[in-house]
Amino acid sequence: MAAAPEASMSDASSLDTFPRLLMQHARMRGHCPAMREKDLGIWQTWNWSQVADEVAAMACGLAELGFKRGDRLAIVGDNRPRLYWAMCAAQILGGIPVPLYQDAVAQEMVFVLQDAEIKIAIVEDQEQVDKLLEVRGQCPALQHMLYDDPRGLRHYTQTFLHGLDEVLAMGRIHNKNQPDFIAEEIAKGRTDDVSIMLYTSGTTGKPKGVCQSHRAFITAARGGIEVDRLASDGDILSYLPMAWVGDHLFSYAQALVAGFTVNCPESGETVMIDMREIGPSYYFAPPRVFENLLTQVMIRMEDAGRIKRAMFHYFMAVAKRCGAEILDGKPVGIKDRLLYALGNVLVLGPLRNVLGMSRIRVAYTAGAAIGPDLFRFYRSIGINLKQFYGQTETCAYVCLQPDGGIKFDSVGKPAPQVEVKIADNGEILVKGPMLLNEYYKRPDATAESIDAEGFFHTGDAGFFDAEGHLKIIDRAKDVGKLAGGAMFAPNYIENKLKFFPHIKEAVCFGHDRNMVCAFINIDMGAVGNWAERRGLAYSGYTDLAAKPEVYGLIQECIEQVNAELANDAMVADTQVHRFLILHKELDPDDDELTRTRKVRRSFVAEKYAVLVDALYTGKASQFIETLVRFEDGRTGKVGADLQIRDAKTFAAIERAA
Amino acid sequence: MARQIGDVILDLKNISLRFGGVKALSDISFDVREHEIRAIIGPNGAGKSSMLNVINGVYRPQEGEIVFRGEHRHDMNTHTAAASGIARTFQNIALFKGMTVLDNLMAGRNLKMKCNFIQHALWWGKAAREELAHRAKVEEVIDFLEIEHIRKTPVGRLPYGLQKRVELARALAAEPQILLLDEPMAGMNVEEKQDMCRFILDVNDQMGTTIVLIEHDMGVVMDISDRVVVLDYGRKIGDGDPEQVKNNPEVIAAYLGTQH
Repeated sequence: MAAAPEASMSDASSLDTFPRLLMQHARMRGHCPAMREKDLGIWQTWNWSQVADEVAAMACGLAELGFKRGDRLAIVGDNRPRLYWAMCAAQILGGIPVPLYQDAVAQEMVFVLQDAEIKIAIVEDQEQVDKLLEVRGQCPALQHMLYDDPRGLRHYTQTFLHGLDEVLAMGRIHNKNQPDFIAEEIAKGRTDDVSIMLYTSGTTGKPKGVCQSHRAFITAARGGIEVDRLASDGDILSYLPMAWVGDHLFSYAQALVAGFTVNCPESGETVMIDMREIGPSYYFAPPRVFENLLTQVMIRMEDAGRIKRAMFHYFMAVAKRCGAEILDGKPVGIKDRLLYALGNVLVLGPLRNVLGMSRIRVAYTAGAAIGPDLFRFYRSIGINLKQFYGQTETCAYVCLQPDGGIKFDSVGKPAPQVEVKIADNGEILVKGPMLLNEYYKRPDATAESIDAEGFFHTGDAGFFDAEGHLKIIDRAKDVGKLAGGAMFAPNYIENKLKFFPHIKEAVCFGHDRNMVCAFINIDMGAVGNWAERRGLAYSGYTDLAAKPEVYGLIQECIEQVNAELANDAMVADTQVHRFLILHKELDPDDDELTRTRKVRRSFVAEKYAVLVDALYTGKASQFIETLVRFEDGRTGKVGADLQIRDAKTFAAIERAA
Repeated sequence: MARQIGDVILDLKNISLRFGGVKALSDISFDVREHEIRAIIGPNGAGKSSMLNVINGVYRPQEGEIVFRGEHRHDMNTHTAAASGIARTFQNIALFKGMTVLDNLMAGRNLKMKCNFIQHALWWGKAAREELAHRAKVEEVIDFLEIEHIRKTPVGRLPYGLQKRVELARALAAEPQILLLDEPMAGMNVEEKQDMCRFILDVNDQMGTTIVLIEHDMGVVMDISDRVVVLDYGRKIGDGDPEQVKNNPEVIAAYLGTQH
């Protein structure tokens, strides 16, 4: 206790489990804020020593209920302080916390509850209690259920159901009677023990429990903190599901390593308001959240007065010209620099404030492709928005974008201590201390995904560009090869095309062919507007799609994409040589898209085989008639004589050796 | 159930109310017991809302007697009613549309504020402390009805279903003993109705508030109320628990028409 702070802090090697990290913070900086939650309209704060006390009490309480080394604890609920503490409490006892997605229905939870043989479940409220009660019969291992919020649970009389308050009270007595218990339990922990089990989403087959050690998450957290220089005085808003690997890394692992403050919003609906109040310095959101925010800003600006609107547009243009470069520390002319500084005071600063992003030092996005315009917008108004790459099996820690070297279409460079290589088929393989120990009870799956050399097979295809940045292009199984042997990643090209507002869907062909050709669907709204502004008359989609002017517009987009592709030696051969604009929109009702609006490539290729042939045989036009199904179930025919155009392609720019 | 239905808290005896020649209520008697949920049903124009208006003093009946917690009165007046713990919501929402939810709720506590106008204007010492205490109470209601996300939104910008919930919150902010709800679920969709039912039951169960409600949705009424009184053309035609009322031939006739 009385040891000099410097001496203990530097002894990082002994801080190799999360409970040890927590106790260290409590000892060294016990008065600093560790966690906040908005309750009854007021932000309540717990400092590190309070958190340590609560966690210790919870661990003792769990021990009283018979929770032992190696047992598994389910955690179900929104981001609540006590649910985060439960993770650490379980880890103190050498148990394994298993967070579940709180919005899953009861039947979806059964699989995880059974697979992980959950012994005790800590849940947030009545809603979750009801769900677990529904499936309790199917989970014989489940012995106790604890709830955080007692509201509505007064009349529940089940003896295995306990309020967290009672358990904490019980734990405090236990802690008083056996004051050495917690320290002894923490001393038993090893860094290679499994610290958490996170379940994969199971889009392909049954979910798998990914067992991660303390070492893996602490390494990943330290690496991220080092790259982004995260400090202990930061704030993060924790609102993404606790069962998601990213939240565990940001709100648990990094928070415990760096010692910054975790803020829990009042409820899911108040996140934006809470964000404005907290002003986090560290923030994560999926691309769609950033997109919604931008749309809201734009709509509100439309309603603003003329002077405000003019100012907004003027300074946004300045920001677009030089904002991202200033953020990256690149040279920018003195005039632009001054204008940007002025804009920062008048427009950009207030805008960041409205978005709750005034204090942001690093914001991350991941999970889906983010459009270049969207990405540039946030960077140009001075928000350091970055992307990362990783998956549950790698603690969401493979690649990070370093400050000053941001490219919107790459996920950055391999993070410290991570080794990344590309397999012959284009698949990304990674190795490092952040890899999973194993899939729980699935040695077959473990053996399949980690090879003899210790590389984990991500299932994603990608490549390194000339500057060593990793680009993700597709799922590995979707990647094909051109007849000439070059790698062909249809999704990568299609995404690039779809970033243009005029293009709604694109389908690229090229596997086993000598060149890449594409079907295009125009975006009726965007292209319709464009046509109206030019006084171009049209009767409907088929008519508009066939206009030579529209073909010209799309051709420009495709040639821009070709120019971009030519910059990368890896994909330079997959420039789009020929294209046509389809006479009808691809539609889930016609089975051309899935219900989640993903193109069913092989079905489309088969249905429009005539058009594909026409593309590859060099014809200038092709007649096609297609049966379409209307919403009321009737069918009709749409026929058209489709033009086929050649797009300009560019010579590949050779990679500097 | 932990909730114990207690003694009669409100007793209405032989109430008659006329507007000129129109008899809105004629000779109606019923009682409300502590902690119960009491429903008033009846076809349009049966006198349900008039009944509530008599209870909280908006209308003064020509005949009859109101006994509230042992005090006999010929009629109520609105101020006494509110001050002695009767709160209500209205069929057509009665909130300050331009004010935020929070301000509306604070206004709902105005009878409980003890400081005078000048003290509040200066917002110093006692007045500040008083306001903080009231705010804490209001926040409990906000938490209870799950309206945190609209705390600072002007009421006029909210959708109808939420406005109804805010109105319930405003009534609850006064910490009433009896809550009069005039068609709390009118115009709501199924999901909003379910939420509202849950809130009404929670209020009754956890705060012990006695509830008198008017509602047209028979499913809801039969589900949540302890006793039901049925009015038709200003007369009482049925009174009892939901099962009794459902099988009362006069009630069936009034609602479905008799078989000839």
